[in-house]
Amino acid sequence: MPRMVLTGNHAVSYAVKLARVQVIAIYPITPQTAIVEKLDEMIESGEFDADIIHVESEHSALAAAYGAAVGGARVFTATSSHGLLYMYEVLWWVAASRMPMVMVVVTRAIGPPWNIHTDHHDIMSMRDSGWLLAMAENNQEALDLTLLAYRVSEDPRVYLPVAVGLDGFILSHTAEPVDVPEQSIVDRFLPERRQPYTIEPGTDVSMGNIFSDEYFEELRMDMQKSMLEALNVIREAGREYGRLTGRSYEKLVDCYKCEDADYLFIGIGSWMGDAKIAAEKLREEGLKFGVARLRWIRPFPVDELLEAASGKKLLVVMDRSISMGHTGPLYADVSGATGSRVPVYGVVAGIGGVDVSYKDFVSIGKWAVERLEEEGVTHLPLTWYHNGVFNYMYPVKL
Amino acid sequence: MAINIRALPRKEYLCRGNAACPGCPETLGLRYVGMALGDKAVLVVPAGCSSVIQGIGPKNGFAIPTLNIVFAAAAATASGLARAFQRRGVDAQVVVWAGDGGTADIGFQALSGAAERGENIIYICVDNEAYMNTGIQRSGLTPYGAWTTTSHRGKKGHKKPMPEIMVAHRIPYVATASIGYPWDFIAKLRKAAKIKGFKYIHLHAPCPVGWRFDPSLTIKIARLAVETGMWILYEYENGKLKLNPPSDRLLDPSKRKPIEEYIKLQGRFKHLTEKDIEELKKYVEQNWANIRAMLEAQEKQQLSS
Ligand SMILES: Cc1ncc(C[n+]2csc(CCOP(=O)(O)OP(=O)(O)O)c2C)c(N)n1
Ligand code: SF4
Repeated sequence: MPRMVLTGNHAVSYAVKLARVQVIAIYPITPQTAIVEKLDEMIESGEFDADIIHVESEHSALAAAYGAAVGGARVFTATSSHGLLYMYEVLWWVAASRMPMVMVVVTRAIGPPWNIHTDHHDIMSMRDSGWLLAMAENNQEALDLTLLAYRVSEDPRVYLPVAVGLDGFILSHTAEPVDVPEQSIVDRFLPERRQPYTIEPGTDVSMGNIFSDEYFEELRMDMQKSMLEALNVIREAGREYGRLTGRSYEKLVDCYKCEDADYLFIGIGSWMGDAKIAAEKLREEGLKFGVARLRWIRPFPVDELLEAASGKKLLVVMDRSISMGHTGPLYADVSGATGSRVPVYGVVAGIGGVDVSYKDFVSIGKWAVERLEEEGVTHLPLTWYHNGVFNYMYPVKL
Repeated sequence: MAINIRALPRKEYLCRGNAACPGCPETLGLRYVGMALGDKAVLVVPAGCSSVIQGIGPKNGFAIPTLNIVFAAAAATASGLARAFQRRGVDAQVVVWAGDGGTADIGFQALSGAAERGENIIYICVDNEAYMNTGIQRSGLTPYGAWTTTSHRGKKGHKKPMPEIMVAHRIPYVATASIGYPWDFIAKLRKAAKIKGFKYIHLHAPCPVGWRFDPSLTIKIARLAVETGMWILYEYENGKLKLNPPSDRLLDPSKRKPIEEYIKLQGRFKHLTEKDIEELKKYVEQNWANIRAMLEAQEKQQLSS
């Protein structure tokens, strides 16, 4: 298995090639653009046989990818920030059509003012749309999760689209050593494309005309059922990937020293790497921290999360986005799942790409334990950490 | 290309009991699409009356495989579908069936992009001159003076010259058609199906509900539009413009019926003043002047080469 030094974006491009994607429809936006540039280069050089549609917008990128998927091709698209928002209605259409496909979201803040750096507002806006959502911690995961995404999306028990997120610049433009699996291994992992239907001559299949409201609701209930099924499909595929490559993705929650920890950081994406370093530092000072990183946001891995959270003194949920007027979205998800079982604090930080280093995580960890032990507060839904200051921004303390 | 009506397929591509209004021009047009393209056609339909006409699932009133899609995305979706068929070696004709709003307004960007890329599809704009599905609102293709629920005193601007805009994209084939001239429309569809690349057909489709006329008059009004010169039948192929019958006999204004004959049958024009009618006539003359200028330029070019 060759080891290459790859940026997150190029790791994705290699995954797309290894997945034998047939049609790509894509529109440039920083920091995603290098993915399509690399793919274009691979196609031009003859090293990769795929058709690329250089559309005139992201709305069309997803619509064209969808059209090609309905026509029976394995497809790919990628975007960021405003591009993702521009796709918004198509996202929902694709998911409710039950059309398997994979998109990569290189996370980026949403303007104004213009800002190309990472936060998670873009990908978090997809939570309700019916897409499965995964988030990479590093470039290796960006590649592996993209391959896993095709397998899960095209599994008949799922038949839903999958988006894989990676942090803009922090991963997309930073090179790391990445193990690139052999084509033969990927071919064993990823069967020929399967999909619930194609629309083509000689069939009487149509898609999307009006149905009764009752039937409509049943279709949505079926999507939720498939989301639940997806938890197991991801585990099964992740285990198989581990068997073939030595890197298991069986767990939807990547637990770092959770077992003996008193306190957990919970979050998604690359900054959880910093949280892991901070956990070590905090342990040196006698505070037993661990990190429960959610590799998958949808389906929400509530079973694994509850297991990780069980018996802990405090969960500190780190959100890199906020649902304005309420809390960070992950906080809402986690506290909703854990209920009164365990104290949960929500911290929002790193919006618009503001750097959050392991030192910040150390401060946040200490601050959280102090609040818990000195004030006995069990739920602090929203503290916005900015420039070292803890700003409480919720109407009540619970 | 002559079309022998007896040789057209007997198969009905539009089922009875579909959800269209009586006298609906979109259903007429769809029948012709089925007759012309037969079993190879696959439809892409953005939001509009035709999404509703299909009726209530799980059945579908169109006997052509149909992919419905969000309002702005028809041309992009069709691009993807056509590319997938090409890769998989599926012998299909991807056809967009979009309203005037889905074409000239919200879907215009995707349409222009697909045309520029030269996607191998037939794009049909079924032009009933307003947003009918949402209850008769003005569109970029509503004519001057027409009443809609968002132009109560008549629309102030003219119809966007959509076919000319598509000609300006320099695609291999652009044609206008009318649901009042099925053989012309069918011939154009068949010709388009033989041409590789992006083909655009603009189908004039008088709508009894939105235009306020009796449903028995759909065909009559469609023909009057052509006979009065309000709608011109032509095709533009390989850089050449050609008028089609009966418009080819109407370059001379004296051969045309007065536009009042067309206007007076439609409730949407009932408030028009003399001045408004003059304004419409001026617009019609301008359209013909453009056609004449193009034909003359072509002739000169031919002589000099
Ligand atoms: C993004 C979006 N905006 C608005 C609508 C509402 N809408 C549905 S159909 C329609 C008008 C369709 O008009 P046209 O394209 O002319 O087709 P017709 O109904 O006349 O056949 C509108 C505004 C929608 N479905 N999607
Ligand atoms: S409103 Fe007009 S175009 Fe729409 S279904 Fe009725 S008759 Fe047909």
